[in-house]
Amino acid sequence: MPEQPYEPDRVIAGTGAGGAMDLAAGEAETLEKTPGGPLGTGPQGKPRSLWSDAWRDLRRNPVFIVSALVILFLVFISLWPSAIASGSPLACDLAKSQDGAGPGAPFGYDGQGCNVYTRTVYGARTSVTVGVLATLGVSILGSVLGGLAGFFGGLGDSLLSRLTDIFFAIPVVLGGLVLLSVVTSNTVWPVIGFMVLLGWPQISRIARGSVITARQNDYVQAARALGASNSRMLLRHIAPNAVAPVIVVATIALGTYIALEATLSYLGVGLKPPSVSWGIDISAASPYIRNAPHALLWPSGALAVTVLAFIMLGDAVRDALDPKLR
Amino acid sequence: MRGITCARWVAVAAAVVLGATGCGGGGNGGGGGGGAVLTASWGDPQNPLEPANTNEVQGGKVLDMIFRGLKKYNPKTAAAENMLAQSIDSDDSQNFTIKVKSGWTFSNGEKITAASFVDAWNYGASLKNNQKNAYFFGYIDGYDKVHPDSGAQTAETLSGLKVVDDLTFTVRLNQKFSGFPDTLGYAAFAPLPRSFFTDHAAWLKKPVGNGPYTIESYTRGAQMYLKKWDGYPGADKARNGGVTLTVYTDNNTAYTDLLAGNLDLVDDIPAAQLKNVKSDLGNRYINTPAGIIQTIAFPFYDKAWNQPGSEKVRTGLSKAINRKQITETIFLGTRTPATDWTSPVLGTAGGYKAGLCGTACDYDPAQAKKLIEEGGGIPGGQVKITYNADTGSHKEWVDAVCNSINNALDNDKACVGNPVGTFADFRNQIGQEKLTGPFRAGWQMDYPLIQDFLQPLYYTGASSNDGKWSNKEFDTLVNRANAEGDPAKANALFQQAEGVLRDNMAAIPLWYQNGSAGYSQRLSDVELNPFSVPVYNEIKVSG
Amino acid sequence: MGRYIVRRLLQMIPVFIGATLLIFLMVNVMGDPVAGLCGDRACDPATAAQLKREFGLDMPVWQQYVTYMGNLFTGDFGTAFNGEPVIDLMASAFPVTIRLTVVAILFEIVVGITLGVLTGTRRGKPVDTVVLVLTLIVISVPVFVTGLVLQLLFGVEWHWVEPSVSAEANFGELILPGLVLASVSLAYVTRLTRTSIAENRRSDYVRTAVAKGLPRRRVVTRHLLRNSLIPVVTFIGTDIGALMGGAIVTERIFNIHGVGYQLYQGIVRQNTQTVVGFVTVLVLVFLVANLIVDLLYAVLDPRIRYA
Repeated sequence: MPEQPYEPDRVIAGTGAGGAMDLAAGEAETLEKTPGGPLGTGPQGKPRSLWSDAWRDLRRNPVFIVSALVILFLVFISLWPSAIASGSPLACDLAKSQDGAGPGAPFGYDGQGCNVYTRTVYGARTSVTVGVLATLGVSILGSVLGGLAGFFGGLGDSLLSRLTDIFFAIPVVLGGLVLLSVVTSNTVWPVIGFMVLLGWPQISRIARGSVITARQNDYVQAARALGASNSRMLLRHIAPNAVAPVIVVATIALGTYIALEATLSYLGVGLKPPSVSWGIDISAASPYIRNAPHALLWPSGALAVTVLAFIMLGDAVRDALDPKLR
Repeated sequence: MRGITCARWVAVAAAVVLGATGCGGGGNGGGGGGGAVLTASWGDPQNPLEPANTNEVQGGKVLDMIFRGLKKYNPKTAAAENMLAQSIDSDDSQNFTIKVKSGWTFSNGEKITAASFVDAWNYGASLKNNQKNAYFFGYIDGYDKVHPDSGAQTAETLSGLKVVDDLTFTVRLNQKFSGFPDTLGYAAFAPLPRSFFTDHAAWLKKPVGNGPYTIESYTRGAQMYLKKWDGYPGADKARNGGVTLTVYTDNNTAYTDLLAGNLDLVDDIPAAQLKNVKSDLGNRYINTPAGIIQTIAFPFYDKAWNQPGSEKVRTGLSKAINRKQITETIFLGTRTPATDWTSPVLGTAGGYKAGLCGTACDYDPAQAKKLIEEGGGIPGGQVKITYNADTGSHKEWVDAVCNSINNALDNDKACVGNPVGTFADFRNQIGQEKLTGPFRAGWQMDYPLIQDFLQPLYYTGASSNDGKWSNKEFDTLVNRANAEGDPAKANALFQQAEGVLRDNMAAIPLWYQNGSAGYSQRLSDVELNPFSVPVYNEIKVSG
Repeated sequence: MGRYIVRRLLQMIPVFIGATLLIFLMVNVMGDPVAGLCGDRACDPATAAQLKREFGLDMPVWQQYVTYMGNLFTGDFGTAFNGEPVIDLMASAFPVTIRLTVVAILFEIVVGITLGVLTGTRRGKPVDTVVLVLTLIVISVPVFVTGLVLQLLFGVEWHWVEPSVSAEANFGELILPGLVLASVSLAYVTRLTRTSIAENRRSDYVRTAVAKGLPRRRVVTRHLLRNSLIPVVTFIGTDIGALMGGAIVTERIFNIHGVGYQLYQGIVRQNTQTVVGFVTVLVLVFLVANLIVDLLYAVLDPRIRYA
C-alpha cells in the first residue's frame, strides 16, 4: 500500500456535525480521486479550464438556476427584510395567540401572538448569517491547516491528523450542549464559534487529501524542479486545483449548519432572544404542533427550503466539477 | 393496547405482579379489593431517596408513598393532622414533648419508637452525611455543632433531642417557633428503620419505610414498582394494588402515552397540551390549587436595583404585567393571578389574604410607565429576566411577561428573556451573584405555613433569599410572629410583614400555580394534594 | 496485516487521551456541579464544601483528570451525584442504545441501499427524481421536527405504533425511533449508493459482464454492487459512533432511556462523571468502528492490502 493519499482517511464521516457533512465528504471523495482536475483543451485548441467548463455546465443546469435564485432571494431578504414584511418581529400581542391568518399576517400568529410571517422573514437574516459565517470560518481554518499539513507532511501532518481524529470522536450535539450551555451572550457569535471549533476538522481532512493528490501531479513536480518557492507552488499551482472538493463540501455543509442551529435551539442552547431565528421559532412552536401547526410549519418550511437550496447548489457544483460524470 | 401495557409490568416486576394486575389472562381482581396496579408518570429523582436528602417533587412522590411522619397534611385542606404523633405539647413554643402512637411498624416488621425519629433526625442534620435538607433541623438546639457553617462538626448528635422513653422524646429549639409542630409532616422528619443505618447501600437500592406502599422493584432512571403494603397499620390504606412509576424525560411524551393508553396517570400536564386537554380527556382532567407561587426576584446585591426610587421601578414592572391575560392564554387557567406573596391553599385561617398586594399587582400600563420613569428608568435600559431553559415551561411565560412589559412601555426591547441552558448553571449564576437583572423564582411550600412562604425567601440571610433582600422592619415582624403562640395573632404579624414586601416590591408576585393531572378511564378518585402530588393511595383502579 | 493493526491501535492511544481530555475540559467549563443539587435554593456552604471534597472537585482540573484516568484503568467510572455508579448507568443504557442503533443501521442498509441501487441504475428516470427529491427533503428537515411529526401521526392520530418506548425497549418498539434516527443517514446512504453505482456502471468490468450476456440481476448484485458498496460501508461504519452519540434528540422525543438520555441528564445536572464516562466509551466505539471499517475495506476491495 502506498503511503498516501488513499490510506484509511478516505471517508470523513464519524461524529461530525450531523450526518450531512459526512455525506458531503463521502460524495466529494470522487473528486479527490481525480488528480487535480484535467486541464482539458477544447476542440478548437482554445484553452478551457475546469472552472470554465463547470460554469458552462452550471448555466444550463436547471437545478443550479433554481437553487441560485432561491439563495439570491434569501440574501436579499436578509439584507432588507422590511422590503417585504412590515412591522417589527418583536411586536407581539398575546391577545392574538395562535390565531390563524389575518390581514397583515398571512401566516397567522404564534403562541405569543407574534406575526409568524414577519418573524419568518426576519429569521432569514440570522439563519443565513450563521450558515455563511460558520462555513467561511470552517473553510478558512480547515483549508489552511489541512492544506499546510498535506503540503509539508511530516510531524505536523501526523499531529493534525490525530487532532482531527480527536474532534471527530466527540459527538457534535453533545459538544454543543456542553459548551453552549454556559454561554450568556445573546449574539450569534458563540454559536458560530462553536460550529467553527467542531467543524474545521472535516474541511481540514478534505483539503489535506486534495493537496496531497495535487502535489503529486506532473506540473507541480515540474515547478518544483524549476525551483519554485513553496509559497508560489502552494498558491499558484496547488491551491487552484485542490479547492474544488472544499467548495463542494462547504456548500453542502452550509445547509447543515443552518439546520444545526435549529437543533441547538431545540435543545435550549442555541441562539437567544431577542435574536429572531427559525430555530428559536421552530423549537418554541414544536410542543404546540397539535393546536397551532402553522406556527411550526412556516419557519420549518423556510428552513427546509434554505437547506435544500444550498444542498442542491452543492450537488450541482459537484456534478459540474466532476469530469467523470460529464 | 392493554396487552402491551401489561407485558411491561410482567418483565419489570416478575410473576408476583402478574396476579395482582390481572394481566395473566382473565384473572381480574386477584389481589382482593382494588387489586389492580396503575402506571403513573415520574421523573428521575435527583438525589438518593433518603428522606432528608430529597428536595424535589419526583423523589418526594416516592417518599410520600413509603413514609408516614408524625404529622400528615390533609390532602384537601392542607391542615397538619397527627399521624404517628399521639401528642405534641409545648408551654413556651420552644420546648416540645412528642409522644409517638404505639402499634406502628416499618414494612419490615420493625417497631417504630421514639428512637426511630431521633436517630433519623440526627442523621439528617449531621454534616458528614451530606443531607441536602439538613437545614430543616436548623431550629433544633445544637444544630450549629453538628452542622457548622465552616470547619469540622464538633458533635455527632443534636443536643436538643432527648429520648425519654420508648415512645416519647423531647425537642428543644434554639429560638421560639410556635409553628414547629406543623412542619413535622415534611418528609425530612420521617422515621427511619435500623437497616437504614446498618446496611445503607442495600437500603438505598430498595428503601424501606412505614407508608401504605412498599418498594417491590426499582430500576434506577427508568421505573419503580410500589406494591400495596397489606399490613399497613394506618387508616389511609392503599385502595389499589400498587403503582408503577415510569420515568419520562419530557412531559409531552408522558401525555402522549396517556392518550395512547400506555399510562394511567400524568401529573403536571404540559402547557402546550392545555388547549386540547379538555377535548382529549373530558372530565378525566383535574386542576387544583397547590402551594406554589411564581415570582420575579431582583438582584439587590446590585446597586442599580437597590437605590432610592428603585422600588418605583419594581412596582412599575409589576403593574406592566398583564397577569390575567397570561394566565388565561398561556396557562389556560392552571395559574391564578397572585395578589399576595403566599398561596390560597393556606386558607384564610392559615394566613392567606387575597388582595394584600393591592394596586401594585394590578395591570395598568399607563401608571407602570409613569412609575418607571419616576424611579429613574430601567437600570441599563433593558430588563433581562433570567430563567433556566431545561425544565418547566418557563420560556413561554417569560416571553409573555416581557411582551407585556414591552407593550406597556412602547419599547420592543425594554424586556427580554435570558435563558440559561441548565438548571445547575442557573443556580450557579444566582449563587455567585452574577445576575445583573431580575430572575424567575418559584417557591413550592415545604409545609403549609405562612412562615414558609416568607422567612426562607425574604428574611435577611435566609437560605433561599437569592436576591439578598434585607429589611429590618420585615425581620422584626417575622421574629415577633414566630414567637407568638396564638396562630391568629401570628398570622396578622406575618401579613404585616407582607405589607413591607409590597411597599418595597421585594419580589413581583406573578401567579399561584395549580397542580394538574390527567388520567385514564381505568382510574377514579384521583386527586392532587396541596403539594401538587397525586394522592396515590386514594386512587381506585378498575379492571 | 498484523503490523497494520498494531500500528492503528497505537495511534488510537493519543486520540483516546486527547478526546477524553477535551471532554473533561469542556465539562469543567460548565461550572460548579454542586450548585444545582439543592433544588430551588442554594446549598448551605458546609454541605456544598463537603460534597465537593467527596467528589474530588476541590482539586485542580489536571489532577482530577489524572485521578479519573487512573481509576478508569481499574474499571472504575466513578459515581454519579445521585449515588449510582456510572458503570451501572452504562449497563442499563448501552443495551438500549445498541438495539436502537442496530435498528437504525438495518434501515440504512436495507432501505438505503435498495433505493440507492434502484435510483443508480435508473438515473434520470422518474423514480430517480422522486427518490432524490425525497432524500433532499429528509435531509433538510431537522430531526426533531421529523420525530415529532411522525410520533404525532403514527402514535397519536393513527395508533399504528406506541408513541413512546417502554423501559425494556424491545426491537418492536424501536422501529419508529430507529427510522427517525436513521432518516438523515438513510438519505445519505441512498445518495451515496446512487452516485457510486452510477459511476461504476460505466466501468470496463461492468461493460464486459454485460457484453458476456450475464443476466442483469447478476451483473448488479455480483459485479456492480460489491464494488459500489465500498464508500457505503465506510459511511455506515463510521456512522455507528455518530448514531449512538447523536441519539440525544431522538431518545428525548421517544422517551428512550439510553445513552443519549443519560448524556442529556448528565449535562443538565452537570453530572461530570456521567458525561465523561459515557463519552469515553463512545470515543472507544468510534475508534474501533473506524478500524473495523478500514479492515473491511481490504476485504471488499482486493486491490487494497494493508502492511
